[in-house]
Amino acid sequence: MADGLRLALVIAAKDVRAELRSKTALLSATVFAALVLVIFNFARDPTALSATDLAPSALWVTFAFAAMVAMNRSFTVEREHGALDGLLLAPVPRGALFTGKMLANLAFVAAVEAVALPLFILFFNVDLSRALPGIIGTAALATVGFVAVGTIFGAMAVRTRFAELMLPVLLLPFMVPPLIGAVQVTSRLLAARPLSEMMGWLRLLAVYDVVFVTLAALAFSFVVEE
Amino acid sequence: MPSSDGSLLAAVGLERSFGHIRVLRGIDLRVGPGDALVVVGPNGAGKTTLLRVLAGLTRPSAGEVWVLGKRLDRSTPETRRPIGFVSHQSMLYDDLTIAENISLAARLYGLADPRAKAARALESAGLAERGSARPRQLSRGLLQRAAIARALVHEPRLLLLDEPFTGLDAPAAERLRELLQERKQRGLGLLLVSHHLDEAWNLATHVAVLGGGRWLLDEAKNGPLAEFIPRYRALAHG
Amino acid sequence: MTGLSGAAPVVTLTRARAVVRRGIIISSIALIGIGVAAVLALGFTPIEARQGLAQKIFYLHVPSAWSALLAFSLVGIAGGLYLWLEDPRLDLFAAASAEVGVAFAAVMLTTGPIWAKPIWGTWWTWDARLTLTLFLFFLFVGYLALRAAVHDRHERARFSAVVGIMGLLLVPFIHLSVYLFRTLHPQPIVLKPSAPSLPWEMLRTLLVSTVMFTLLYIGYVTIRYGIGLAIDAREQSDAG
Repeated sequence: MADGLRLALVIAAKDVRAELRSKTALLSATVFAALVLVIFNFARDPTALSATDLAPSALWVTFAFAAMVAMNRSFTVEREHGALDGLLLAPVPRGALFTGKMLANLAFVAAVEAVALPLFILFFNVDLSRALPGIIGTAALATVGFVAVGTIFGAMAVRTRFAELMLPVLLLPFMVPPLIGAVQVTSRLLAARPLSEMMGWLRLLAVYDVVFVTLAALAFSFVVEE
Repeated sequence: MPSSDGSLLAAVGLERSFGHIRVLRGIDLRVGPGDALVVVGPNGAGKTTLLRVLAGLTRPSAGEVWVLGKRLDRSTPETRRPIGFVSHQSMLYDDLTIAENISLAARLYGLADPRAKAARALESAGLAERGSARPRQLSRGLLQRAAIARALVHEPRLLLLDEPFTGLDAPAAERLRELLQERKQRGLGLLLVSHHLDEAWNLATHVAVLGGGRWLLDEAKNGPLAEFIPRYRALAHG
Repeated sequence: MTGLSGAAPVVTLTRARAVVRRGIIISSIALIGIGVAAVLALGFTPIEARQGLAQKIFYLHVPSAWSALLAFSLVGIAGGLYLWLEDPRLDLFAAASAEVGVAFAAVMLTTGPIWAKPIWGTWWTWDARLTLTLFLFFLFVGYLALRAAVHDRHERARFSAVVGIMGLLLVPFIHLSVYLFRTLHPQPIVLKPSAPSLPWEMLRTLLVSTVMFTLLYIGYVTIRYGIGLAIDAREQSDAG
């Protein structure tokens, strides 16, 4: 068990180090997030729709699409030069391999969210002083779920010709429950509603995470092994 | 009995199909310490598939692989440990240095002091000064050496190589031969798939010809290459 | 079991044709049955008080959505069984079920708005049934797109199975999300017949229609499965 975790961290560290050098996924995802936020701002009629009404949806749509851009690279990098075989040859349990890839993806998506959030505050002029811890917590809760699914789908998508297209097509339906939950909680946080109003959604997010992280970890060996 | 005959690698009745195409149709083999089995055959004969099945990367449709007396089993990762594999792809990450790639391998195998092990592997491969280079900066010959260093860092008992002589010039090929010869003498078992019989011949202790998924020939080396080639041609084109 | 992992086809071409014929018979019976259900709906079922004659589409709509859900559930279950048993017939069945399911979902999603617009004045409502069917449609499309993009049969079967199982487990979450959303944002309940208390005649017609639609699903899947078997047999004889 401890060995599995160690191996997962070795793999995650490898991904993070490699990405910090090439920066391709991080940069494209961050720029993408910024662009989406800008477009949201210009695409609304300020008299009809206040910033606070649009804000939660804008934030989460941005996070969702930027996350997909960030996660795409996870397995394309394994495909070049057959590096995935190197991981599969070693006595690494497939669950550890999945966990490592997922942790790296989480790190990348978290990094993009960490950049997108201040931009969001800036562009939408929202006051997050009281809501910020809640939003960060919600972001963590929702992100874990769709990153788990994105990791396993990324491993499948990379084996097709149009991986960048296949990943969103597969992943988007799975992002809907975490997105709905996150948007609902975020808008209530911004409106300073009591916690009791969010419990149902938070429970949904938590159960989703447990179910899909487990399922993705279990199913991973079927995807990655011939 | 593969579990007790002292072989490094044994296979019994291997079969593998892709769709309806039967790529391997009942392959048995055995590699002992100090053996070097060279597998040749026409393109599409199934040589790469065979290697991948033996390395545990591809699951056979039927048959079993035994490594050091233990059945190769996906649910028991440790059974893979004695295997080293050199593919025709380098299996290296472009964004990591050669040294980092090799210490990653050392970490994946749970070795103590991975960086020192990687440094030592680089030295034996004659790549000590190129450790901080990226894979893209190396020539084919040097990249091959790096891939082999990576495969050997965890001191496997068995090394599987897929077309290792392809793309190497004469000095590089000679260097590779020396390296493999030296390891073979120390007890490493080798299984090479190679088109380049002239390069691999001196190394070989056994030769096998794979055709249409079956062994057309499987024997100990017993003569010079010049005698073997006509027999091989007859088999391969017959 | 050979098939995907071996060289023998799953069944012979003759057997495959027999399966297709059986499917055609079942489908024909089902289509007649649906015709009967339609007659029942129009002639022998009371008109719903509030929505009038237009409500009758309910007897076609609910069973279509049900068939799509059944189709998808079986895709997921067959996928799970495939990963466990590795029987290639399970994968062929899952593929057949997905194609039939996407057709049912598409029909439901297109007839829904076409009917709703003149009656309710709106093309779309986010009611539970329509929303769920929409998601099933997207899941089907993703599933079929993945199948089309993966060429190795083993890999395609494994990948499809994983997506099928995960999709099946997603369905309760979609349902829950929509439910939570609607209880917090009450919307006019447009398709009232979701109510459990239906008078006997309506319930009877609905049951007949549902049974016939299920039979139609079985018939179409049998045809498509038979075609899949035939393709497999043909590929085998080509590979020689």
